[in-house]
Amino acid sequence: MSGAGNLWAILTTPIIRQNPVTLQILGICSALAVTTSLDTALTLAISLTLVVVVSAGIVSVIRRHIPNAIRLIVQIIIVASLVIVVDQVLQAYFFELSQRLSVFVSLIATNCIVLGRTESFARSNPPVPAMVDALGSGLGYGLVLVLVGACRELFGTGRLLGWQVLPLADQGGWFTPLSLMLLAPSAFFLLGGLVWMVRSIWSEQAEAPDFPPHATGEDR
Amino acid sequence: MADLNPLSLWRRFLATPNDSRVKTLVVAFLVSAVCAIAVTGATVWLRPIQAQNRAVEQQAKLEALISAVPGMSELIEDAGGEALTTVVIDLDDGAASPSVTPETLEAALADPSNWTTLAAGDDIAGIGNRPNYAQIYLLRNGDKVSLAILPVAGTGYGGRIQALLALRGDMRTLAGIAITEQSETPGLGARISEPLWQRSFAGKQLSDDTGAQRFAVARGPGRTEYEVDGITGATRTSNAITQMIRFWTGPNGYGPLMAAIRRGDF
Repeated sequence: MSGAGNLWAILTTPIIRQNPVTLQILGICSALAVTTSLDTALTLAISLTLVVVVSAGIVSVIRRHIPNAIRLIVQIIIVASLVIVVDQVLQAYFFELSQRLSVFVSLIATNCIVLGRTESFARSNPPVPAMVDALGSGLGYGLVLVLVGACRELFGTGRLLGWQVLPLADQGGWFTPLSLMLLAPSAFFLLGGLVWMVRSIWSEQAEAPDFPPHATGEDR
Repeated sequence: MADLNPLSLWRRFLATPNDSRVKTLVVAFLVSAVCAIAVTGATVWLRPIQAQNRAVEQQAKLEALISAVPGMSELIEDAGGEALTTVVIDLDDGAASPSVTPETLEAALADPSNWTTLAAGDDIAGIGNRPNYAQIYLLRNGDKVSLAILPVAGTGYGGRIQALLALRGDMRTLAGIAITEQSETPGLGARISEPLWQRSFAGKQLSDDTGAQRFAVARGPGRTEYEVDGITGATRTSNAITQMIRFWTGPNGYGPLMAAIRRGDF
């Protein structure tokens, strides 16, 4: 661990090159569910980033004293408690948003990204790199959520964060909303397209096929 | 000589090997205790704000429900805008409660003796026990009740469902429904909170001429005057709504009250 350059690398690696959603395909359940609009996507991204950074910090501080036998339990308790606190705060101060996010805030506790970062990185690194790494993962997740959420809200309703960006046809404009964008499948399409795009640009991310395509075995 | 300085005891504890049983137990206990305090603190501290949010939302939904019922705003205007009266009723008597007022209702419901445990056969809505008092809203036209808004609750697929049910003065015709709280599956059961679906309740009949309960959320499109369209992929939620409405408009719910209103006692 030497200096700021290293921290910068820890921070930026998970944003694109090791993005938890597009490379590791982690946490896509919530990524699909909350991205119908940009504000829910942003809220969940911020909540997750907060939870993952704070839990990585705490786990990292007590890392030398977590008995190996119960380390997952300890991590989950810390993560789950933080999630409940975040959920309660959202319900108190952002009531309408929290109604729309419904269970997905509480489901941060089961998001693989959080436990993945605490287990694989925070448990064996000092607090500052651990929190920077967690911040990078949170931002990487948030970036995908925001991209998909912005696409879906823009093309599904013609709005961004509630502002009418594209004038709707039924209000005298030219844009006809694609209602498919508001349904769950569109998130799959967008995410699939995004993964394809990322892996075409950074081709080292593409996985080798699990099974080679069948040879037809016939000469014609 | 035993060193009882807490700081050095703490250091000694931290120095014990991680795998020792004592350390495992103590670490588990400490982590749980700190987390419990954090969670409890957040919940207790933020509860008043959350309760206020919910009350505001309930009020907004009540207003939305009233404005969605066709002809409602005209009725209220005719009556001078103050037509909606709030009454706490005793569910068993079907009459206004002499002792409990809207202000004291919350305190009364905190007392377990004001709840009735339902027998398994009666508990079709799956709520376990039922309050003896409920706050309802009545709209009068002359001295007849023209609309009653009744809070109802049931158990859906994902948890508790709460709603406000609006009944016309004949106590057989539904005027509307507003789901005020639900935690059903997003995209499937949660569609019960869509206004379009809720609007389909208006004009449906609860029971036939013999008084038998006929209202149901259909499987697929509703075909009779007693059925509203079912929600595809949410059979359990649809059934829960059917059972909830049947329970609350039945003898263990608002049945006595509805009979009293029909007789003109209210």
